[in-house]
Amino acid sequence: MATPLVVSDVAKSFTMHLRDGVTLPVVTGVSFSIRAGECAVLGGPSGAGKSSILKMLYGNYAVDEGQIIVQHGGGLIDLASASPRTVLSVRRHTIGYVSQFLRTVPRVSALDVVAEPLVERGEDREGAREKARSLLAQLNLPEKLWALPPATFSGGEQQRVNIARGFITEHPILLLDEPTASLDAKNRDVVVELIAAKKAAGVALLGIFHDLDVREAVADRVIDVSAFAAGKIAA
Amino acid sequence: MTDEPLLRVSALSKFYGSRVGCENVTFDLWPGEVLAVVGESGSGKTTLLNCLSTRLLPSSGTASYRMRDGQWRELYRMSEAERRFLMRTDWGFVHQNPADGLRMTVSAGANVGERLMAVGDRHYGRIRATAVDWLSRVEIDEDRIDDEPRAFSGGMRQRLQIARNLVTGPRLVFMDEPTGGLDVSVQARLLDLLRGLVTDLGLAAIVVTHDLAVARLLSQRMMVMKDGRVVESGLTDRVLDDPRAPYTQLLVSSILQV
Repeated sequence: MATPLVVSDVAKSFTMHLRDGVTLPVVTGVSFSIRAGECAVLGGPSGAGKSSILKMLYGNYAVDEGQIIVQHGGGLIDLASASPRTVLSVRRHTIGYVSQFLRTVPRVSALDVVAEPLVERGEDREGAREKARSLLAQLNLPEKLWALPPATFSGGEQQRVNIARGFITEHPILLLDEPTASLDAKNRDVVVELIAAKKAAGVALLGIFHDLDVREAVADRVIDVSAFAAGKIAA
Repeated sequence: MTDEPLLRVSALSKFYGSRVGCENVTFDLWPGEVLAVVGESGSGKTTLLNCLSTRLLPSSGTASYRMRDGQWRELYRMSEAERRFLMRTDWGFVHQNPADGLRMTVSAGANVGERLMAVGDRHYGRIRATAVDWLSRVEIDEDRIDDEPRAFSGGMRQRLQIARNLVTGPRLVFMDEPTGGLDVSVQARLLDLLRGLVTDLGLAAIVVTHDLAVARLLSQRMMVMKDGRVVESGLTDRVLDDPRAPYTQLLVSSILQV
């Protein structure tokens, strides 16, 4: 089976220059790979570096050491050393990301927030909006909210907009940072269905799920991040 | 995405006597890309912008621009007339103070129409129709077309300046603190407008700002400047979420949380 994402020996630390250059090690020796059609879950206690790993895979955090090999545009690229332009192209076409919080833009409607990734990939706006409508309906976001900017929405409503935005495209790799954290049971089930559909479509998924039920329902395996704790000698 | 950049800047420096304006700045800009240049006052970001837009000549270094016909031209070797032609047609410059970029005593319509005439359009009806269209794109009512910008609010003046710059379909726009000095609510509207226009038109832009929120909203890439030098550059969200250079960390940690 295809393996669109291979992480090898990645290390990350933060140097706090405003605190006399104190270095906070986060993770070291991070190595794993994700196959197409599988959903792997990053496990481990809070502060183990799960979110940091996801952020490195999305190019949002810099990588100190190691490689992140991604199948992109018919070739392989190392995201850890890629130029900003390449990272942008990877985000547009290859790696999708559902963050924990929605970063809203003033005055843009929920519908267009969701449709935007498709428009960026060159789909026409009306077609993209049509898909956005069907996803928002599936996620039970009240129709009267669709035309409003999400800034004033509740946490759960914003998260559903965020999920719809992440799931609308056909990126072959999808990163999920606690997509169900502020959802009720009914909408959690919808997300579980959406993930199952992505798996069936051959998408490689990597997520963080604190909710045990959701994790049970979606995870093919758990990658224990505490094995990559910085400062610990890798066995 | 095209494989060739639009602008190539190499080792650009500008000295004012023994003082450094900006030093050894190197980067490429691709079509459709928005680059934010951030830093505090005196960091050299405006000097850099003025050099790139050829309003100032650098002390050393080169900048090449890919013309519409695909030819690369060295900016500082062009004649004054050629540079001015580029500035009127293929480039735009949005000043912080709209009064610097507008003619305050001619009508809003003429401010927009003038740029069209500069590129050779002479048909009054067409010029006026295009002006009306552009005013509506920047959310200025058609019935204000014959008013002078003197009678406009700060936010409207800035939107008019943007229309004046974009009407000729430029490929590269320079912006110097485009939202500086505006109320927050007016700022949000302007940013949203700019963001939409940049995406729809596929513009490349270099935006100088000291406001990191503006940089985050508008740009994909960012350069952080201090004392005339680029201390950090990269993807905008990477620089803001994982700042590496001491000065960037100071800037990011100084943002007030609302």
